[in-house]
Amino acid sequence: MTTIKHHISDEILTGYAAGVLPEAFDLAVATHLSLCDECRARAMALEAVGGAVLEETETAEMAPGALDAVLARVAGTAPEAPPAAQPGTVRRKDSVLPMPLAEYAGGSLDKVAWRSVGGGVMQAVVARGDDGATARLLYIPGGTEVPDHSHHGLEMTLVLDGAFCDRGQRYGRGDVQIADETVDHTPVAEPGAACICLAVTEGRLKFSGLLPRLAQPFLRI
Amino acid sequence: MNLAPAMDKSVSEDEWVSCLWRIRTAADQEAFARLFRHFAPRVKAFLMRGGADAALAEECAQDVMATLWQKAHLFDPEKASAATWIFTIARNRRIDAARRSKRPEPEDLPWGPEPEPDAADAIGLQQESARLVKALAELPEAQRHLIERCYFGDMSHREIAAETGLPLGTIKSRIRLALERLRHEMK
Repeated sequence: MTTIKHHISDEILTGYAAGVLPEAFDLAVATHLSLCDECRARAMALEAVGGAVLEETETAEMAPGALDAVLARVAGTAPEAPPAAQPGTVRRKDSVLPMPLAEYAGGSLDKVAWRSVGGGVMQAVVARGDDGATARLLYIPGGTEVPDHSHHGLEMTLVLDGAFCDRGQRYGRGDVQIADETVDHTPVAEPGAACICLAVTEGRLKFSGLLPRLAQPFLRI
Repeated sequence: MNLAPAMDKSVSEDEWVSCLWRIRTAADQEAFARLFRHFAPRVKAFLMRGGADAALAEECAQDVMATLWQKAHLFDPEKASAATWIFTIARNRRIDAARRSKRPEPEDLPWGPEPEPDAADAIGLQQESARLVKALAELPEAQRHLIERCYFGDMSHREIAAETGLPLGTIKSRIRLALERLRHEMK
């Protein structure tokens, strides 16, 4: 867990903390955070900024009776009890796929529905949002070039097993490569064991409607 | 003299922590009411600033406060202030409303919230959170507005990446202590 060298950028981590990333990128970040305590701590610190924003923000009056309504809704139920502590238990169910990714990929690596894309390379789409952003698992035999999975926009590649090299850098388990259309790169899986990674790409630029936004037509011409 | 507001803040941070504790351990409705009166109008405004209309924001803010009651045992005062924890619930509720799917969360740490949080660690984190609120309030207005827009969900990730005026460097230095504390704790 201490060997991760390539981390998530401030911009993407801020987007994650603020909750504005496409789902496919959220998945990649959550997966990296499951492997990288350093980025997890950075993400928690960036969430603390969100807490400060909430604390400092103006207020909007709640509807009359809102407190009673919520109390009526929850008062019948005791707050949930904390789960029994199980010190020392390993929660990870799959040795390659951290939990958030396993949940998207059918539970474990052996459940992944791989499809061949030629040259021994296989892929499996695990998340594709309405925003067009797509997360796919790639299986790249050792020594093989990672297929160009990007068309335009931001892309993130997170290594889960094995390693690839690109432009003199080695990316092993937990490492993230972040690139965009301006970066010309050709990652190649290290000779030997296959490289398994999670590759996330952005769809065409679309207005991602998080919620109806009155301001959108004015801000995003 | 300058410390007075921060001290006041940290006093109230402690109060929110103890309210959450009373909900968790005693299903204390009065503690819930105190948290509700402070945070529900902030959550509602937060959601409206993110683009929700008043009716949707009201509904989601009530959901957030209900979640706060139900999940009080997940609050860990060694890792987050009450405001930060409530922010994450509100943020996730906003995402659920938009996507109809749950936000992917990192794997649980091998250690969860402790049955009895360490008081010194919790107080340290709450004080740093209070200082962060103060630091945010003291930023130049334009920068503060950018950060607010970012966290309200009013900027896309592309806009965040392209925005050179977002004081990420400033934020980073402000949260350095919080960060080091967290990293230390995770070792």
